[in-house]
Amino acid sequence: MIALPTPRDAVQRRARLEQTWADPKGVWGFLTTVDHKRIAARYIVTVIALMFLAGMLALHMRLQLAFPDLKILGPQMYNESFSLHGSTMLFLVSVPVMEAMAIWLVPLMLGQRGMAYPRLAAFSYWLYLGGVTMLWIPHILGITPDLGWFEYPPLSGPGYSPGHRADIWAQMITFTEVAALAASVNIVATIIKLRPPGMTLARMPLFLWAMLVASLMTIFALPAVMLVTSMLISDRLVSTHFFAPAGGGDVLLFQHLFWFFGHPEVYIIFVPAVGFVTAIIETFSRRTIFGHTALVLSVLSIGVLAFGLWVHHMFAVGLPRLGNAFYTAASMAIALPAGLQIFCWIATLWSGRPRFATPLLWVVGFILTFVIGGLSGIMTASAPLDLQLTDTYFIVAHFHYVLVGGAMFPLIGALCYWYPKATGRMMSERWGIIAFALIFGGFNLGFFPMHILGLEGMPRRIYTYSPGMGWGPLNLIATIGSATSIVGGLVLVANAWISRKHGTPAGANPWGGSTLEWWASSPPPTYNYEYTPVVESIAPLWTAKDGLPVMTGAGVERREVVVTSAIDAVPLYRQKGASPSIWPLVAGIAVTAMFVGSIFTPWAVVWGVVPIGAALTGWFWPQRPRARTGPLARRAV
Amino acid sequence: MDRPAAMTRTRLAASILLTWLLGGCTDLQSAISPAGEQAGQLFSLLQLMTWVCGIIYALVLVFLGWTIVRVWKRASADEAPLVDPADRGLSRSMLVWGALIVGGLTLLITASFLTDRHLASLPSKEVLRVRVTGHQWWWRIAYRDPATGRWIETANELHLPSGRTTRVELGSSDVIHSFWVPNVAGKLDVIPGRANSLDLTPHRIGWFRGQCAEFCGAQHAHMAFDVKVESPADFTRWLAAQARAAAPSTDPVSARGAAIVTKGACAMCHAVRGTPAAGRPGPDLTHVGSRRSIAAGTLTMSRGALQGWIANPKALKPGTTMPAVPLDGADANAVAAYLESLK
Repeated sequence: MIALPTPRDAVQRRARLEQTWADPKGVWGFLTTVDHKRIAARYIVTVIALMFLAGMLALHMRLQLAFPDLKILGPQMYNESFSLHGSTMLFLVSVPVMEAMAIWLVPLMLGQRGMAYPRLAAFSYWLYLGGVTMLWIPHILGITPDLGWFEYPPLSGPGYSPGHRADIWAQMITFTEVAALAASVNIVATIIKLRPPGMTLARMPLFLWAMLVASLMTIFALPAVMLVTSMLISDRLVSTHFFAPAGGGDVLLFQHLFWFFGHPEVYIIFVPAVGFVTAIIETFSRRTIFGHTALVLSVLSIGVLAFGLWVHHMFAVGLPRLGNAFYTAASMAIALPAGLQIFCWIATLWSGRPRFATPLLWVVGFILTFVIGGLSGIMTASAPLDLQLTDTYFIVAHFHYVLVGGAMFPLIGALCYWYPKATGRMMSERWGIIAFALIFGGFNLGFFPMHILGLEGMPRRIYTYSPGMGWGPLNLIATIGSATSIVGGLVLVANAWISRKHGTPAGANPWGGSTLEWWASSPPPTYNYEYTPVVESIAPLWTAKDGLPVMTGAGVERREVVVTSAIDAVPLYRQKGASPSIWPLVAGIAVTAMFVGSIFTPWAVVWGVVPIGAALTGWFWPQRPRARTGPLARRAV
Repeated sequence: MDRPAAMTRTRLAASILLTWLLGGCTDLQSAISPAGEQAGQLFSLLQLMTWVCGIIYALVLVFLGWTIVRVWKRASADEAPLVDPADRGLSRSMLVWGALIVGGLTLLITASFLTDRHLASLPSKEVLRVRVTGHQWWWRIAYRDPATGRWIETANELHLPSGRTTRVELGSSDVIHSFWVPNVAGKLDVIPGRANSLDLTPHRIGWFRGQCAEFCGAQHAHMAFDVKVESPADFTRWLAAQARAAAPSTDPVSARGAAIVTKGACAMCHAVRGTPAAGRPGPDLTHVGSRRSIAAGTLTMSRGALQGWIANPKALKPGTTMPAVPLDGADANAVAAYLESLK
């Protein structure tokens, strides 16, 4: 039996923890921090800036298409715009923002003081930032990739795309994906090994399941695209013939590898959204989620099925019909888990005691739009019908419904939901509703007509059309709608910006949430939690009536996290966490230099190894004592 | 205000709005105005899917709407949250919902499979073979002359006999394109190093339009072609006319144009059968004057359009491989007159 600390001890203890976990002051601290909250915040700020830029590109394209035969953007500028818009949104926004949410939330939701690999988290951000600059600085210099976010050869091969535009795209992908892999490995390790005592797999909130599955999918899917972009650049740089039909290569190999990544990618973006929606619905319905097991199974089955349907992006290439029929069935089958999820969410609201606030509004908006995207997905999954739909505006409408309605709306809901936790302030509800109305209304006005445009024969990626085609009116409506939703986006960001200083103070648990992150103060201190919480149910903050039981023993003098067993979350040992370090940044710069150099000469890959090796040597220079097993005791606070 | 007048006005406003929205739609290039067997089958499948998906969406809306109405009153209740409440009824409903989804999907998968099988087994006797080759950014089209068995070339205009199946053999000379005439059939990619073929069985006579559907570079937007579905007799006449060599020019202006085209730079890339011009990289011009448009659907055929195109193709279609031909006014006029006369 350990004595309870006196209040004075508690103050001293917190001061000591603060001292242990604080970053160095000033710029040095900014460059060396390994605090998961700071890293995630950086990711999110970068993502918001990129969304603004890519949104401006979208608006520019919509203006060009508002009327027939406009000359606002020429073909070159238009092709650059949609290439940059797509590449940015998919590679630099959607996937990283989900990782950022995980990096910020997972340790908090696990009652931990940090990630499993804090320096790796810092490294993945710096590398991601390298990818961002690699795409956008060339854009400023006027060497923008102009062949779409997919860059099919032979169009992207050396014969038809001289210059460095395609190289920039290929290497940007390769190394953004290295960053994504680093982040995913970190998230998986954290969820599996750093769960608090008592949080068995059965008691793990769905959000963590979603992040676990999405990260595992990332680990399996991304190597395919890294391989394919590396093959492309070696065709371009060292004259291999992977995709050159004249040299015995096969252009379809590119499409297979690209979509083997590209389709799971959609679910890598969507599955975290399932986690957001579930967390929001549970809190605002004030009941534990209906069908927890069904939801976990649905997420797992989506994670598996997602790898078996990439060919539905290739129905028009002329593959054997029987194979196509298989992919039709597999693609449609995914509607079953997705449909059950929708049921579970509505059923939770049905049987709960809901409280309506902006995050829940976003979830309702999500259901209304995402279901349309899912149903149009069923249509495009049909191999014969897809021949009329693929590469038309119907598809543009479909995937915006899925990615914006299905992932961005939950993401915005999640940002509103966890905003008070991150900043300690509430966002304005009134402006939240205005932003929702503008974004939701504008989005649907902008994208629903595109279904009809596609059926009326308007292909994708055309920079203009003649008045005789009759596509003008619906395009004008689409432009008005998109512009409206961009205004809504600005209102949303302004609301968040202003509320940071002027919102009402939130307190630790403003929404009455059940999961552990609401146990930390808002905003959480550098060390997150003074004690490691012990979890006894799936909704720990709702069931522990007299305060959450905690476990002592995690050190205050040095950075320590508690490692538990993978399934039953039995405490195993204390792991010394990494301290702030400049090496992740140095390594990030070295890798960036290697990738940028590889655009100009293949020898950069060879010589680039030297600075990377030096940086990694510095990073891993042994200095830490081994992990300690020490007294880990449980008590009530 | 009297009611009938107001109603008429509302109806008028509604019909004007609808005409504005859809009336502009010319049915020239549309998947929902089928003019062929394949497109008709796909349109039926689309209708079935729209119905099934519409019903599912309506069910979701009803469930969600009912839920919100039901719990709205309870929204202010300030009770403790529920942990794992008993949900016997909801669990049963979930099974029903799951069964409904499985049933709907089974229906759609079966319908999709049957449509696909039906399209694959359409009678293919007496098919007419046409070779279509995608180029950045135009279409080379070749028919076999029934009289001589030779392939005769044209460009950017496909003629199809009504009520008969035409098998389009697709090839690419450069990058991936996609051949799509939505009124007649679904699309099929045109891939270098691969032989794809697509059956077209049109049954409505008229002009339609096809367009490249796979991004293929700077002028992907201007890679269209006209499609004329005509009676078998008209088709035979048209084909016989196409098979003939270009008629010699009679008037002096055209003759001057002919000299420039067949002996000058144009002949490096273009062929005019029956003259020394036999270039292969660009479209065959033997009967260019009979076509409906020029530059792969970019401009409507006229003497003025021809002159403008020849004088500065890159202004009309930035990125095109056609070079500007410096000609003085009289020569430009002569060339345009000659090309226009090539019926």
